[in-house]
Amino acid sequence: MVKKLNKVDAVIVGSGWAGGIVAAELTKAGHKVVILERGKDKKHEDFNGTKDEVRYSQRYDLMQNLHKETITSRGDLSETALPVRNNVNARLGENTGGAGVHWNGWTFRWLPYDFEIYSKTVERYGKGKIPKDSTMQDWGVTYDEMEPYFDKFEKTAGISGEENPLGPPRSDKYPNPPLKTTPAINLFQKASTELGYHPYRMPGATVSQTYQNPDGETINGCVYCAFCEEYGCNFGAKADPIGTVLATAKKTGNMELRNGANVTRVSHNGKRATGVIYVDTSTGQEYEQPADIVVLAGFVFSNTKLLLLSKIGTPYNPQTGKGIIGKNFTGHFSNLSTYIGARGFFEEKKFNLYMGTGSLGSTLDDFAGDNEDHTNLNYLHGFEIHYSQLGARPISNNQVPVGTPTWGKEFKKNSLHYTNRNLFITSQTAFLPNKYSYLDLDPTYKDALGNPLLRVTVKYLEDDINRSKAGVARCEEIMNKMGADIVDVDKVADDLQFDHKFYTDHFIGGVIMGASPANSAVNTYSQMWDMENLFVVGGSSFPHTGNYNPTGTIGAFAYRAAEGMNKYLSEGGLLTQQLQEKNA
Amino acid sequence: MTDKYSDDDKQTKDDKTYDPSRRRFLKNTGMVAGGVVGGSFLGGLLTNKFVQKNETATKSGMEHATDFQEALQFFTRREDFAVLQAATEQIFPKDENGPGAIELGVPYYIDKQLAGQWGVNARDYRQGPFVPKTKPSERAEEKRGEQSILDRGSIFLLGLRVMNQESGKRFNTSFDKATEAQQGEILQDLQDGKIKMNGLLSSEFFFLLHRSTLEGAYCDPLYGGNKNMDGWRMKEFPGAQASYMGVIDSEDFVKMDPVSLENYQGH
Repeated sequence: MVKKLNKVDAVIVGSGWAGGIVAAELTKAGHKVVILERGKDKKHEDFNGTKDEVRYSQRYDLMQNLHKETITSRGDLSETALPVRNNVNARLGENTGGAGVHWNGWTFRWLPYDFEIYSKTVERYGKGKIPKDSTMQDWGVTYDEMEPYFDKFEKTAGISGEENPLGPPRSDKYPNPPLKTTPAINLFQKASTELGYHPYRMPGATVSQTYQNPDGETINGCVYCAFCEEYGCNFGAKADPIGTVLATAKKTGNMELRNGANVTRVSHNGKRATGVIYVDTSTGQEYEQPADIVVLAGFVFSNTKLLLLSKIGTPYNPQTGKGIIGKNFTGHFSNLSTYIGARGFFEEKKFNLYMGTGSLGSTLDDFAGDNEDHTNLNYLHGFEIHYSQLGARPISNNQVPVGTPTWGKEFKKNSLHYTNRNLFITSQTAFLPNKYSYLDLDPTYKDALGNPLLRVTVKYLEDDINRSKAGVARCEEIMNKMGADIVDVDKVADDLQFDHKFYTDHFIGGVIMGASPANSAVNTYSQMWDMENLFVVGGSSFPHTGNYNPTGTIGAFAYRAAEGMNKYLSEGGLLTQQLQEKNA
Repeated sequence: MTDKYSDDDKQTKDDKTYDPSRRRFLKNTGMVAGGVVGGSFLGGLLTNKFVQKNETATKSGMEHATDFQEALQFFTRREDFAVLQAATEQIFPKDENGPGAIELGVPYYIDKQLAGQWGVNARDYRQGPFVPKTKPSERAEEKRGEQSILDRGSIFLLGLRVMNQESGKRFNTSFDKATEAQQGEILQDLQDGKIKMNGLLSSEFFFLLHRSTLEGAYCDPLYGGNKNMDGWRMKEFPGAQASYMGVIDSEDFVKMDPVSLENYQGH
């Protein structure tokens, strides 16, 4: 028997950056908000003394517990999908704060080219340049329209950085100066500059000095302790939803966060969402939480799955190309778009690689987006190249030159010798959407509550492989310039296939935005075209994956969505028309 | 050894049930029942170690700390554990840089891990149908993550016994008594997926064995491996340091004494 609870103004599913930002903005405007988070309660106190590589980097203590729910994966429509059974292959966020707790903090603004990718490509190269089978589209919004929201997110998270010499225009500088530099970063910057490129310091949320954000929340200065990625910060020095937006929402007295609340359906009458149904995971009791507006702010997989289970919108069909829910699934895939590049081994240099922090590094945009002329290139979009000094922990960092043993006497000797003598630079490449890569419900495998798992189908096209090869080649060029004695370069095979690994956590699409209901599920305020009091916020709304890490852009769109929700709660109606009319 | 262990000893000594001669008797009986009597280098080492430890304790009035963690939680047959010891030592051998897997406590680390949630895949999706891999391949479809119905505890038991059988077949001796080269040959074939195992590829077992060996060598000592932080010393990894604020931009390599979580968490 489902217990019906008292109605609130807004119910938000998920407590990561997207849900947290929406909660902060709605509660500050006086609205009563309930956040439902299926994971555990987490406070900063939980991260004290957690410098434990086995627990967090090998057993993935902060990641989604796949015992209850996972995804299935396949590389082609003809294959049978199999479940991703353990966290070695899927580092997805869970618990209060979501993936915003264990991130590295790299915070980019996606490019003007990203938001108008179709028009700008056709304008510069003609329609013939659009790859066959591509489903790329404009987002329905421009960079200039998004700029204030980027600025807002950067200020909330205290982003530390310096001007990108090739970046799009900014209304203000980063709220904090870049982090300190290291000999390895200097080496990367010097070599890149000598090659004529334009490196700049990684913009990041591991904050360079103690900072108070516009909501009055304090983020401490980073101490470079090297336990950052996959960890919650020991010092409150990495901007996360717990210490910023969730704290802000809590202070208003208008927010209640319920942990162990696993949402399974959006309740609706076909025209309007009436609330959500969730299971209290400690008792098994089902509840209905009614609300004026429903906000899905979970991860890409959760948002899409909830719409499919709730039968909202038309599921995408890869055979006919019709339908929208599940369409344009993209991401940074570990054997294609990130974690590949060039590794250099240095005999004469020894770096303090065991020190570092999530956002410590340098990156360059000479090949990002459409910065390069693609007329004679066999791919669209591009990549940024970076070196980052995250802090090399000993279990995960035992690199030896390719062709030498990976265990035994020689391995031990080499792995010890090169521990602080190897540097890796990587090119993170965009991934453009295609008609074969999408999300739907798995026909076989079920979650712990008996609902179907979400099925992921990913196919790489030639364009993606060409882009990846170009990125790796640039990494090799820079690493050679850096003077490494041995340079190992990752090979990108012509027929490279998806490797069913989901550990970049950069996954995108499924509930995409656009200028019209004909090609999108939500408008640029993340409002469902078909159900105007339902908002689906986060990376699920991006029609493709740009080259950069997504969080900065997720934050910006969450601020835009929250602005729309506040407007909707007072005036109702479809937001794009309203706000456009107002601005006109 | 740290003061912490001495405190533990004191407590145990005050306990009325404490009886050193009884403890030694049980341990030695265990060794006999497990079938590792006097034979192999490793078996001998183990037995000697237990005896030595107790004798030292008796002679010096418990000044030498007893490693109470060095008993088996998961493995029940000494011969399985002997294969594990030999295999981890091959993967991470003692050399001029410092201790190998056995001295670092790696086999006991793995034993403890298999006895806990990792050993029963508690955080993994465990619903069927299971479609285990049947042949090693470079194709992405076959390189996907673990798909076996066996949990990791079962995989280790199966794998270590297969190694022993293989050693018997090829060299007419158990794995732990085979020569270094013979052990190396079997490990290489495991890694290459060339040894037949029911329910998974031998390369998948090797992956777990290899990864958990490195874990045991470099984990925080709270887990029973990286004994005395000697793994970290070799690796020049200083453990759970609070801050690198003052040294992050240093031009020179900075060597520091390692800090364990026992120290860092400040209990």
